[in-house]
Amino acid sequence: MRAVHFCEACGKVQPPAPVDYFTFFGLPRKLNLDVAALEKDFYELSRKLHPDLNARAGSQEQEWSLQQSSLLNDAYRALKNPIKRTQYLLKLEGVELEEQSKSATEQARSSGQLKKQIVPPDLLEEVFELNMQLEELRMQKKMGEDDPALIEEIGRQKLELEEKQEALLRELQDRWDMWDGMIQREQNGQPISEEERRQERDKMVDLLNRRNYIRNLVRDVNEVLEA
Amino acid sequence: MSPDRIVGIDLGTTNSLVAFMQGESPVVIPGDDGSNLVPSVVALDEKNQPVIGNAARKHLTETPERAVYSIKRLMGRGVDDVQKELKFFPFRLAEDLQPGEVLRIKLGDKTFTPPEISALILRQLKRNAERFFGAPVSKAVVTVPAYFNDAQRQSTKDAGRIAGLEVLRLVNEPTAASLAYGLDKKRNGIVAVYDLGGGTFDISILKLLDGIFEVIATNGDTHLGGDDIDNLLITIALDDTLGDLGLDLRRNGEAVQAIRNAVIEAKIALSSQPSAKLDVELPGGKRYLREITRVQFEQLIQPIIDRTVGPCKQALKDAGLKPEQIDEIVLVGGSTRIPKVRALVKELFHREPHTDLNPDEVVALGAAVQANILGGGSEATENMLLLDVTPLSLGIEVAGGVTDKIILRNSTVPASATQHYTTQVDGQANVAIHVLQGERELAKDCRSLARFDLKGIPPMAAGIARIEVKFLIDANGILHVSAREQRSGKESEIQVQPSYGLTDEQVESMILDSFDSAEEDFRQRQVIEARNEAATILAALDKGKKSPAWGRLTTDEKKKIAKMEKALIAVKTEDDYQAIRKAIDALNQGTTRLAELMMDSAVSTALKGKTMDEADMGEGPTAPHPVAKAEFE
Repeated sequence: MRAVHFCEACGKVQPPAPVDYFTFFGLPRKLNLDVAALEKDFYELSRKLHPDLNARAGSQEQEWSLQQSSLLNDAYRALKNPIKRTQYLLKLEGVELEEQSKSATEQARSSGQLKKQIVPPDLLEEVFELNMQLEELRMQKKMGEDDPALIEEIGRQKLELEEKQEALLRELQDRWDMWDGMIQREQNGQPISEEERRQERDKMVDLLNRRNYIRNLVRDVNEVLEA
Repeated sequence: MSPDRIVGIDLGTTNSLVAFMQGESPVVIPGDDGSNLVPSVVALDEKNQPVIGNAARKHLTETPERAVYSIKRLMGRGVDDVQKELKFFPFRLAEDLQPGEVLRIKLGDKTFTPPEISALILRQLKRNAERFFGAPVSKAVVTVPAYFNDAQRQSTKDAGRIAGLEVLRLVNEPTAASLAYGLDKKRNGIVAVYDLGGGTFDISILKLLDGIFEVIATNGDTHLGGDDIDNLLITIALDDTLGDLGLDLRRNGEAVQAIRNAVIEAKIALSSQPSAKLDVELPGGKRYLREITRVQFEQLIQPIIDRTVGPCKQALKDAGLKPEQIDEIVLVGGSTRIPKVRALVKELFHREPHTDLNPDEVVALGAAVQANILGGGSEATENMLLLDVTPLSLGIEVAGGVTDKIILRNSTVPASATQHYTTQVDGQANVAIHVLQGERELAKDCRSLARFDLKGIPPMAAGIARIEVKFLIDANGILHVSAREQRSGKESEIQVQPSYGLTDEQVESMILDSFDSAEEDFRQRQVIEARNEAATILAALDKGKKSPAWGRLTTDEKKKIAKMEKALIAVKTEDDYQAIRKAIDALNQGTTRLAELMMDSAVSTALKGKTMDEADMGEGPTAPHPVAKAEFE
């Protein structure tokens, strides 16, 4: 069921119900999602909830329109993007991805050390080499030199990393199917053990962390190349 | 005529316009000088009365210390921000400015904040619209550069309030342009709007689908525009005069303005001609003569227009699009008339830009379209809805001076984010929050929006309080903050102290100030009206003197009338409207008998067997009558 956003009879905007983003759009808490249908729904709801179209309403209704419209935009933004959607669902499931990252940052800061990134073991060797090369290129750029061979080598590695990023996204999408299947079974009345739920969650958290790590690495490479 | 007609206003750096939706299409409302553009220039005349627009332009060269232009560049900015600007602009800041205070500009010996100066321009536009409609106008949609931050937006809204206008919506300029474009073309697709105006640059990429105008990404530079080209050319001219003629004119306001006018003329000419001549009369009878070719001009301005490339690339990247995926490019702003700018746009987007819309007017026309939508829409705007974004990320300062971004740039507005805070020590009653806007990692590199304290937290052990703070960016791109302590359910008191804005009380007092000058305006209008009335009564008296009734007055009566006539003529040219009224009343009284006699002769003519229609009413009661009160609007 979709949350009630406006009065079916008179069309007036109603105060926002305290619901999660999936419920806002009347969607199950599944990760596979028809983005085109979501967009259509987003536009349709915008045509009813947006402040521009409620500018002549009473001040209470205008306030509700502002609240509803911001909730609609926030929800759409979180759900349309596959990574943000996964992060949001995990948050609903009690995983504090942001908190993990924040507490790691604070810990690192209080101990005066660099934030420790968990390097995926299979990437360890590659990352080490890439960082060396990046450092070399930085030095060269500082001296006003450019080694075309080095730039080409780093560019090649960047492409590889981007491919890995894509592969991780595909892997994540496979986990979505597992998750959605589990939710479906649950809806069909089959009990899901806490252990199974946790395992599915942890696999996605792991994939997101790896992807995040590679994304940051690509960002670093771009920074050095564009410097 | 609808009583709450909403107008659309483009409050530009160089020119401002007001437009409204006439039937199914937006039109610009001209000023009383017939011009669609009101130059964004404000001056104080010798009587300290504000003069706006074309009328103020002559003051730029004649009394530059009493005039100001391009005030938009100073909106929502602090003293530290404008140091660079001040090198190029003849703005004079008030001497007693405190750090953190809103800027005040000196005009003559009076000082004005940028919102007050903008308010004078807005009030002029409001009056133009009121004269056009013959009815009061109190509501408007006002455009701002898409890349304006919270403080700059708030200042613009304040300016509206000071001018007596309720600003129903601030619309981003490129988005407004896309509305005018979309209304015209009714096409679906991806549109890029490249807006290079007098002082600001914006690039916005939109998706148009069945009346929805969804901004996907926006970027820009609020200090990049035609002004920068002018300033470059002025600098060169000043160097030339110093080098060749040994004249240091940098501190000579009048000479700089004369040079400025000449370089602007040359700049405009170079858009259609291969070369242009600069010929400026300088103090001491010398002349500055120079020819500039388009090739030279293009080389000079290349570094300036190249500054638009970065924002365009960033916007494409943020939108996740390649240049080839843009279906149309719309050009906005006077500076896009420069052929080199058009060439650059073509190169960036691999496509010929649209040039069939008037780049000076399209933003105001779009504002009028948005005003129509807010007013309930019409057949032309049915199904049209604008979904705009916030141009800059919103963040809060966290431990170590780092910015924690809570609403990312290019998020559709309204947008919100909720943060939770707690206390660090037992019994702590306040939590300080610093809100920032910008993309940089460190708080010191972002723009400080506001600092505020969450106050009145009930006494609790450290870490127990759970304060929920909601940040909401509304459809105008302006931030609202509310907070609640969740354990006690107590609504926390929030005082948002704007870092570079006027407080509510300050705005309130400025409205009163402008009421005071409204009083002054009222007085002036009274003088004009009284003079008009005097002219009417004197003209009627002239006619009366030629009527047969005049001959029936006694010599004494005629003498008295002549004396009163002389008195009115004498007082008519003075500024005292009460004295003029008194003289009018006296003459009215003194000519009562003449009026009666004229009436009698008209009636008796009718009684001589003629119908009223046939009767010679020429000098009769239908003619302007000394007793009849003149009618004015």
